Amino acid sequence: MTGDSAWSDGVAAAQLFAVDPFGTGGILLRSRAGPVRDRWLAMLRAGLHPSHPQKHLPLHTADSRLLGGLDLNATLLAGRPVAEPGLLAEADGGVLVLAMAERLASATTVHITAAMDARETIVERDGLSLRMPARFGVIALDEGLEDEFAPASLCDRLAFHLDLNDISVRDADEIGLDADEIASARERLRTLKADAAQVEALCTAATALGILSLRAPLLAIRVACACAALTRHAAVEQDDIALAARLVLAPRALVFPPAHEPDQPDQPLESPPENEAGNDRQDDQTPDMDRALDEVILAAVQAAIPPDVLAAMRAGSLGRLRSRSSGKSGALQKSNTRGRPNGVLRGELRSGAKLNVIETLRAAAPWQPLRRREGTNPGSTLPRILIRKDDFRITRFKQRSETTTIFVVDASGSAALHRLAEAKGAVELLLADCYVRRDQVALIAFRGSAAELLLPPTRSLARAKRSLAGLPGGGGTPLAAGLDAAFALADLIRRKGQTPTVILLTDGRANIARDGGQGRRRAEEDAISAAKQLLAAGIATVLVDTSPRPGPLAEQFAKEMGARYLPLPHADATALSRAVLASVA
Amino acid sequence: MAATFPFSAIVGQDEMKLALLIAAVDPKVGGVLAFGDRGSGKSTAVRALAALLPKMKVVAACRYNCDPDRPAEFCDECVARAAKGGLKSAQAPVPVVDLPLGATEDRVVGALDLERALARGEKAFEPGLLARAHRGFLYIDEANLLEDHLVDLLLDVAASGENVVEREGLSIRHLARFVLVGTGNPEEGELRPQLLDRFGLSVEVKTPDDLPSRIEVVRRRDAFESDATAFLAKWTKDEARLRKSITAAREKLPAVSVPDMALERVAKLCMALGTDGLRGELTLMRAARALAALESAKTVTDEHLRRMAPSALRHRLRRNPLDDAGSSVRVDRAISEILG
Repeated sequence: MTGDSAWSDGVAAAQLFAVDPFGTGGILLRSRAGPVRDRWLAMLRAGLHPSHPQKHLPLHTADSRLLGGLDLNATLLAGRPVAEPGLLAEADGGVLVLAMAERLASATTVHITAAMDARETIVERDGLSLRMPARFGVIALDEGLEDEFAPASLCDRLAFHLDLNDISVRDADEIGLDADEIASARERLRTLKADAAQVEALCTAATALGILSLRAPLLAIRVACACAALTRHAAVEQDDIALAARLVLAPRALVFPPAHEPDQPDQPLESPPENEAGNDRQDDQTPDMDRALDEVILAAVQAAIPPDVLAAMRAGSLGRLRSRSSGKSGALQKSNTRGRPNGVLRGELRSGAKLNVIETLRAAAPWQPLRRREGTNPGSTLPRILIRKDDFRITRFKQRSETTTIFVVDASGSAALHRLAEAKGAVELLLADCYVRRDQVALIAFRGSAAELLLPPTRSLARAKRSLAGLPGGGGTPLAAGLDAAFALADLIRRKGQTPTVILLTDGRANIARDGGQGRRRAEEDAISAAKQLLAAGIATVLVDTSPRPGPLAEQFAKEMGARYLPLPHADATALSRAVLASVA
Repeated sequence: MAATFPFSAIVGQDEMKLALLIAAVDPKVGGVLAFGDRGSGKSTAVRALAALLPKMKVVAACRYNCDPDRPAEFCDECVARAAKGGLKSAQAPVPVVDLPLGATEDRVVGALDLERALARGEKAFEPGLLARAHRGFLYIDEANLLEDHLVDLLLDVAASGENVVEREGLSIRHLARFVLVGTGNPEEGELRPQLLDRFGLSVEVKTPDDLPSRIEVVRRRDAFESDATAFLAKWTKDEARLRKSITAAREKLPAVSVPDMALERVAKLCMALGTDGLRGELTLMRAARALAALESAKTVTDEHLRRMAPSALRHRLRRNPLDDAGSSVRVDRAISEILG
């Protein structure tokens, strides 16, 4: 797909969204801030009805602003509770723009998606119980780099997923949307419906493309209707369905019905096999659907997918990459004392909790007249403000927990012979990155008959380098022992409230069992059961295959432990460290 | 308020629908947790339940949903009403109360009535969501994202069946017995084990993967969204039938017998699975009995146990890090061993 066609998709999505902001859910706009994005946003703004609200939601919006609550000023003035609508309710009938959606907190996401589903906000706050209509379309501005994504639960509800990153300003023609045309399309929209065969074809295509969520075909139907309205079709036609498939289904596709060409499952994403675009597809898997329409849909989807991605889909190696939810570096922890403020809570003043003075005063304010009246013996002077224990509000904080990266290095004879030096080089580079991110690192080596913790978790790069340099090679491969040690350490780290990541460098050729006994078979069984502990505990793991010819053995093993598999490219420690960082960051 | 998708029009998701019906027949089963894929209709089912449930008898204008037939459980206001002789009963829909995330504690447990405090300087209690949910359902969407302090509070009330509030020198105590219904997506975070255990039944919800039912889901949803009124009209008959069967099952429930043999099997199942405490056994027995009532059977059979065991037990298993088989698989294994 060229930048040119990406831009025309962007224009089409903006138009269709403007026709039906609410029905299509919204647009995920993956793009860096810049002239292309600005141009796109300006174009969309022109197409939206001027009287419809456009609300911007900044990143760290407090719940009280998002959902609304008590308007204290007005309440005190009026002498009765006055509610203040939140941003979600204010966006009713219009558009909600989310800045930096890739960093949206899960609590905020839930409020937005709940309002999208219920078409209203339900507020139970500050002594108020309110239901306010909230029908809006969402523009999620996702500035994520490689591995950061807007929350999956939000993306699922947005019909359009656009990526403007590869578009140059030259390709981004300034196109003005015709607001009148869009308004009249909005009128026509009411009478349009997809027929049963079209619904069936979209569902079938979504299933064939590996799209699990049923919201995708539903949104595609809405988009097809909007398209028919815009193009003044009397009914939803094949072209409308094709465009809907291109815009809604293609960006979500995880697999593509395989063509009859030699499968190359081992090919990594970066170097796809030569792909002859448009070669004949075989659809034997879905025999009983409307052939003609199905062909149209799949062709539309195929045209919208870049050839390299398409190849990866055919090989079935894209699944994991796309399904990852938002990137995280260290799980979030709640804390009373440190980190970024994360809301307030009614609470008691103890154990170093931080009193939020403003919120406490706010909480106390409405009750002042009542308390003053109750003021014990007349004559005695009351303090200016009457604060009770119930008023105390404590600020809570959240902090990103530290990540500890555990390197588990295979220093056995088989590994040492070939690649130990290269593996060491790669670890050193990774160490440097960990250092930059202030992560802790730990080093476990296994060789002979046992595993040894060479370096307990530390931030000291120098120490890590020293113990790595002094690492001797040779002996058997007690893989199980290495993994057991890694699991024990990871468990310990997790109990301390930090997030462990395991990076295992091995060729996967275990030959020493847990009890130190020889024998490949038993050693492998032990290694697999040790690996499963890591999987069961949900510890993020990366397996770097150090064998001279990376092969199915280590890859199979990585699958067993739920690890990300990376073959170590020859003499390219930089590429490895980049790949590892991408998968753990 | 937006129209609700009818319960009987939900395609598939039989386990979740059955669990909700069981809880409607016998609230003592103790809550339903539905965890699973995005967009698989979890919230839809719970909201649909509200429209489905038969009405209940309440004291008119009571803010705590008091049952006129149980004077012993009256709230203070109803005691006063009864003393004056002005107690009227009325039919009210069974409450299905949303506990929205972001709710503040004062609205959940109840607090001083702000309006009266400001306007008249009076201290009066304004009941919260727990009072509103009494004798009905309390629904938490994305239960795994609920704030910890609210979770603690709910656990406390769910265990005691009573809500105690001390505010501004006011001391209020009222009944709050509700069926807790939680939904969530495991990808967003796990549920705290203490809360997990409080749910009687736990169901796993998956997006259907066979094409015909996927098409049917989309078709019905599309029809509902294009014309809700017509769609609802089409389903009224099915809804009425289902409603009637719930009412009938409630009446039959006390008469359903649980043979000793069934009790023994329940105990054996729980022993084989190593579930903690007696809660699993009790829930399975109650759920099987409610299922029998729902199907107009007079006694609980192995078949009833077989069908309820997965949802009654799967969330009570101790985690075994070395056994990567899912808990559903382990329950199935135990069922086939013990029930044959």
